[in-house]
Amino acid sequence: MVFDLLTENGLDRFYQFGTAAGVRVNRPTKAERFRFLDEPAVRARLVDFSNAQLTRVTLRLPAIHCIACVWLLENLFRLKPGLGQSQVNFPRQEVSIAFETARVKLSDVAALLASLGYEPELKLADLESPPHPRVPRRLWVQLGLAGFAFGNAMLFSIATYLGLDVFSGPAFQKLVGFISLALAVPVVIYSAADYHRSAWVSLRQKLLNIDVPIAAGVIAIFAQSTFEVVSGRGAGYFDSLCGLIFFLLCGKLFQQKTYERLAFDRDYKSFFPLSVTRKQGRAEESVSLAQLAVGDHLLLRNGELIPADARLVAGPAVIDYSFVTGESEPVEKQADDYLYAGGRQIGGAIEVEMVKGVSQSYLTSLWNQDAFRKDKTATLNALTNTYSQRFTKIVIAIAVGVAVFWAFVDPAKSLKSFTSVLIVACPCALALAAPFALGTAQRVLARRNVFLKNPYVLETLAMVDAVVFDKTGTLTAAGAGSVTWTGAPLSEAEECWFYSMTRHSTHPLPVRIGDAIARNHFPEPVRSFLETAGCGMEGAVAGNEIWMGSGAWLESRGVGCRSRGDETLASSGKKSEPPDVGSYVHVAINGKHRGAYVLESALRPEADALITKLAENYELALLSGDHERERARLAGLFGEAAPLRFNQSPLNKLGFIRDLQRDGQTVMMVGDGLNDAGALKQSDVGVAVVENVNAFSPASDVILAAGMVPRLGDVLRYAKQSVRTVRAAFVISSLYNVVGVAIAASGNLSPIVCAILMPLSSVSVVAFACSVTAWLGRDLADGARSSSSARTAAERAEPELCAPNPMQVRP
Amino acid sequence: MSIILILIPLSILFALAFLGAFIWSVRSGQFEDTTTPPMRLLLDDKQISDRRPDSESKSK
Repeated sequence: MVFDLLTENGLDRFYQFGTAAGVRVNRPTKAERFRFLDEPAVRARLVDFSNAQLTRVTLRLPAIHCIACVWLLENLFRLKPGLGQSQVNFPRQEVSIAFETARVKLSDVAALLASLGYEPELKLADLESPPHPRVPRRLWVQLGLAGFAFGNAMLFSIATYLGLDVFSGPAFQKLVGFISLALAVPVVIYSAADYHRSAWVSLRQKLLNIDVPIAAGVIAIFAQSTFEVVSGRGAGYFDSLCGLIFFLLCGKLFQQKTYERLAFDRDYKSFFPLSVTRKQGRAEESVSLAQLAVGDHLLLRNGELIPADARLVAGPAVIDYSFVTGESEPVEKQADDYLYAGGRQIGGAIEVEMVKGVSQSYLTSLWNQDAFRKDKTATLNALTNTYSQRFTKIVIAIAVGVAVFWAFVDPAKSLKSFTSVLIVACPCALALAAPFALGTAQRVLARRNVFLKNPYVLETLAMVDAVVFDKTGTLTAAGAGSVTWTGAPLSEAEECWFYSMTRHSTHPLPVRIGDAIARNHFPEPVRSFLETAGCGMEGAVAGNEIWMGSGAWLESRGVGCRSRGDETLASSGKKSEPPDVGSYVHVAINGKHRGAYVLESALRPEADALITKLAENYELALLSGDHERERARLAGLFGEAAPLRFNQSPLNKLGFIRDLQRDGQTVMMVGDGLNDAGALKQSDVGVAVVENVNAFSPASDVILAAGMVPRLGDVLRYAKQSVRTVRAAFVISSLYNVVGVAIAASGNLSPIVCAILMPLSSVSVVAFACSVTAWLGRDLADGARSSSSARTAAERAEPELCAPNPMQVRP
Repeated sequence: MSIILILIPLSILFALAFLGAFIWSVRSGQFEDTTTPPMRLLLDDKQISDRRPDSESKSK
């Protein structure tokens, strides 16, 4: 269908971009599904700009993944009359589309995108606040202005430093002075505005943050230089001043590095859909979530999320609660069962009746906790600020002391030496040490698939003394366990048939089975293959009709799965070491049940090593929403003293973390799933473990690729080393200050000394901070290999991310 | 040496023109997405049709 649409409009070149091009079409899309977008209230919030002729809207399309996507989306105007220019922002996975207001409706645009496979992600959070650019334009302009002034002022000043005024006379020096003054005025007023404001705010709160000595230094240099220029005594220090502000702004830009595809601040609103289908009698309509009321009947199709606690009216439902619990196994529900919000329906459409409002549901009530109102940014940059407290006091004491000393000895030098001390002590290098060292560490970690919300998370990471783990999805992994066959032994031919079947699926379970039984089998051709999402697959191999899928699905087709009764038996402990709840894939040949593959989830490889290693330095604890089946095994791993809590609700987990913090501990919580969301938010450092870094993760400070979990110990050690590097950089910058202050205190600070000393100290401290953190980070290098294999596994588990073509067979 | 008194203001005027250009580029949003424009550069209609289809697969 997509192919036809594209060739008709002359866009068939899309397929020449290679095998990566290709969009997975989930289902035919009806424009009615997006009808709610045309409601004035919803529309007004979504569009960027709209008048009678033209409307411009920015939509997030998570399916954008390659260059062909950019090409197709920017040629959108050829597909539909009335569409104007469209522009893709690849790193943010956004497209901005202009269209004629009278001819095209917003719902038509959304429907067109959805029919191409780029379904716009319309979430509840989109309605609340428009997105901001991460690096504000203002900072770029400030930086450009400071750089411009720095370069020009330096050029002119160098001439005077080299003694050029010997040839051109004092008029030249005077001209240079006034030009530099003119260059510096906008820099001090505009580029340095944030430092003045921050210093003022901090002084009013009776605190001394790092911006106080910076602002004091800037004003001192500016006042002293203006005085010198106007009175004709010299050219001032304007070049140093502009350079100082330029370097500071560079540091600010460096630390603003963010990962635009990753969202660290998601709450339930970011994954709840904007609309659901409401059923009134026979009629179905698409309404926005805000209009729902208790008692409404909702229709949920395959893959749709339950927006509020509800009662199942027409089923049967298979609900995937992996968002909420992290458990990947779907749960079967019958009519009249109670369904919690956050579950995802898999398979056919179901009808539910809302029992609670969207914001009062079980899941969303977690976000009403205090932890979610707390702002962690208060502790930001604590390292620099505690140091600068002492630093500022010492500098002011020296400056005043020097001024008093010269007032008695030589009153003419008093004021000059006072400002000189403030100028030299201006903690440019100090202020740059932390942004550059921690910013480099953040980038090093990002290359290993460990993403930090901001560089200052490292400071907190270095202080952590208690580590709390979630079990499911964190310590245990779905892909790590063994695959065993239960039932009568299989013949070689039968196993080969099953292998051929699994080769056609991208679902994680068949892929794992396929990998496990591959051995020497050569796949045979499969005819009339059909996969039903969430149920199973069918096909004919060598003339035999083979069905593989969930027990419920096979039973619905009239196959008795005897061993379904055994599932509870097998998992409740006949064996010496009971497996975690295994996933069963039942197989039937020609309508007769043949047996089942049991896929056990198990501890991640190297998880034991990690726990043993961490136990040496940290207090460990385990919180699991699961039952106690594995207590014995985990107790052996964690040690007898460590608290192991099972059957924990999200609120229990949050409370446990709060208790630890009350005992004065700095807690790191490692978890996935929304059931950990409260604990992640409450903890000092919340680490969200994800199989695929672009997939959903709850609000957290760190997003960690699953493959890096075993190397968590190294990450913590690296955080400590980075913070130590920052401290070392502080020492270096203090040494420069001691030298500078010694010169300044004697009352003989010349502009040339200042012009050399200040950039030298800044550059050397930045070079030291960056190179040492980067060098220390090389130890993490071998982790990259294991995480890249985790990524490929994650990509396979996420077929819509880069599936070549819906009809294409997995190679 | 007095020529320098003309050259300096002239050089500042040039520099100001570049500053103006920089501010304009920031205002027009050119610093907000630095990944897509390089990709767009490769998307010239004529060139792509000449290439072999699989030569693009690496660019993903």
